[in-house]
Amino acid sequence: MIENFDLSLVNWSRAQFALTAIYHWLFVPLTLGLSFILAFMETLYVRTGDEMWKKITKFWMTLFGINFAIGVATGIILEFEFGTNWSNYSWFVGDIFGAPLAVEGIMAFFLESTFVAVMFFGWNKVSKKFHLASTWLVAVGANLSALWILVANAWMENPVGMVFNPDTARNEMNSFSQVIFNPVAVDKFLHTVTSGFVLASVFVIGISSWFLIRKREEMLARKSIYIAGIFGLISALAVAFTGDTSARTLAKVQPVKFAAMEALYEGKTDAGLTVIGALSDNGERIGEKKVHDVKMKIEIPGLLSFMTTGRSDGYVPGLKDLINGNPDRGILSVAEMMERGRYARQVLTDYKVAKELGDNDSMATLAAKFEDTDFIENYFRYFGYSYFEHPWQVIPSVPVIFYAFRVMVGLGFFFILLFILAIWFHRRRTLERNRWFLWLALFSIPLAYLASELGWIVTEMGRQPWIIQNLMPVNVAVSNISAGAVQTTFWLFAVLFTALLTAEISIMVKQIKIGPKH
Amino acid sequence: MRSPGETISMIFRFYYDGFRTMSWWGKRVWVIILVKLFIMFLILRIFFFPDFLKVNFSNDRERGDYVLEQLTGNN
Repeated sequence: MIENFDLSLVNWSRAQFALTAIYHWLFVPLTLGLSFILAFMETLYVRTGDEMWKKITKFWMTLFGINFAIGVATGIILEFEFGTNWSNYSWFVGDIFGAPLAVEGIMAFFLESTFVAVMFFGWNKVSKKFHLASTWLVAVGANLSALWILVANAWMENPVGMVFNPDTARNEMNSFSQVIFNPVAVDKFLHTVTSGFVLASVFVIGISSWFLIRKREEMLARKSIYIAGIFGLISALAVAFTGDTSARTLAKVQPVKFAAMEALYEGKTDAGLTVIGALSDNGERIGEKKVHDVKMKIEIPGLLSFMTTGRSDGYVPGLKDLINGNPDRGILSVAEMMERGRYARQVLTDYKVAKELGDNDSMATLAAKFEDTDFIENYFRYFGYSYFEHPWQVIPSVPVIFYAFRVMVGLGFFFILLFILAIWFHRRRTLERNRWFLWLALFSIPLAYLASELGWIVTEMGRQPWIIQNLMPVNVAVSNISAGAVQTTFWLFAVLFTALLTAEISIMVKQIKIGPKH
Repeated sequence: MRSPGETISMIFRFYYDGFRTMSWWGKRVWVIILVKLFIMFLILRIFFFPDFLKVNFSNDRERGDYVLEQLTGNN
């Protein structure tokens, strides 16, 4: 990796976006999941009238509040970066992003200024049921707020519901429903929020285990572990299920990413899913990209074919098929896509020239092409390929994606086991006796964050070199600014976010040590 | 039925009491929120993150023409 890292504007802009997104995502998933766990706990309080549940709810609400407050608005920095570092991209997608992000902004404002305030200030001031409703609305609202961001992100991976206007050089939404119900958006939303639920469940079980290790707040800890264990197990199974449906969608809309995740170079039927494996450079090259063999492999035969096609003997294209083309399987070569993309770009160039000359007839003829289904489906959809010099440039970093995916999935199954053990030991009333489990649960907290971040690394590194799949590569998206300016803000963000994270951890640790108020 | 004035007064008292009786961690995170928002909007946004197209072009037509040039001229 390091030999490929240069100080160019594109790489610094990418590094800065990655840094801010990774830090932002340290705060978000806990909010998504813990809000629902709180809602369940408070529901138990309202239904049973047991003051213990109120005490438990208020304790976890404190930790929720610390995380929520420190993390709030950290995502806005990403929007700053769009305008400064990624201006071509921002302009190109502006109309598509505008609607979901505006809805998110309005929703977040009302959510944060009203129902979060009732959650924290409303104990004993509003009725129990109104307070409970506010807690549920915060949970639902926080997750719906994430929906709009994920819809925008999904559009970048599968651009739908828009038409390109050559006069303004912008994509304009022509179907809000296609953008919202984009299959990538649906899969992404369900997979992402349920992964947040898993992280929050691991967090609750881990902190509760610490209390049991210290022989403090045993009742709070046991009840919290039980609630989080059940919620976590259901969520982790949902993550596995939505991961499967995501894979099916991914194989259709981002086949290169899918093949890279499996380090699958040669297409095949009866393709097995590699559970464990190590990549080894076999000396072969696709252009300047290394080809890897998967060594020490443990695989489940036919599963990759089944996940992709619904049949264990289905054909899964490899990277060589996708780069060189495979006419028997109806796969276009990247060289052909580059040709088609160049034609689309030539039409756009002709439009620009006609506009400069004031040739209205030519402008009208050329503009009509961008609304013509044949041109859109066969040429404009490959627009971004026109910027490549070599077909191999569309291959992302296979080792990064291959390993990140496996560690993420492995941790996902580890968490399923953790939740089952938590429920099992709780029901047998043996949590305190299994101290190894308590320590394991405590040290699983950072693993949950690791798995969550790795998911985004697979998603975002896997779709390189695209910022918008097939339409715009990252090098076309950047602004014409100095790399030095981006470096400066990169380090400013590194300091700012590290300070925020340090503040969060220190306040949270102090509050955990204090424990619930009696 | 409360009058609008009473409702506004009640909402004000709700927030006022909430902030007044806030716990130590609540006060601390509010300080962090305010410092963070100050740094983000009054330092980073203004001095480090100008909107490239808004700063360099005066209207949407110029911005569109510039991006069109970038899209057609970039290799």
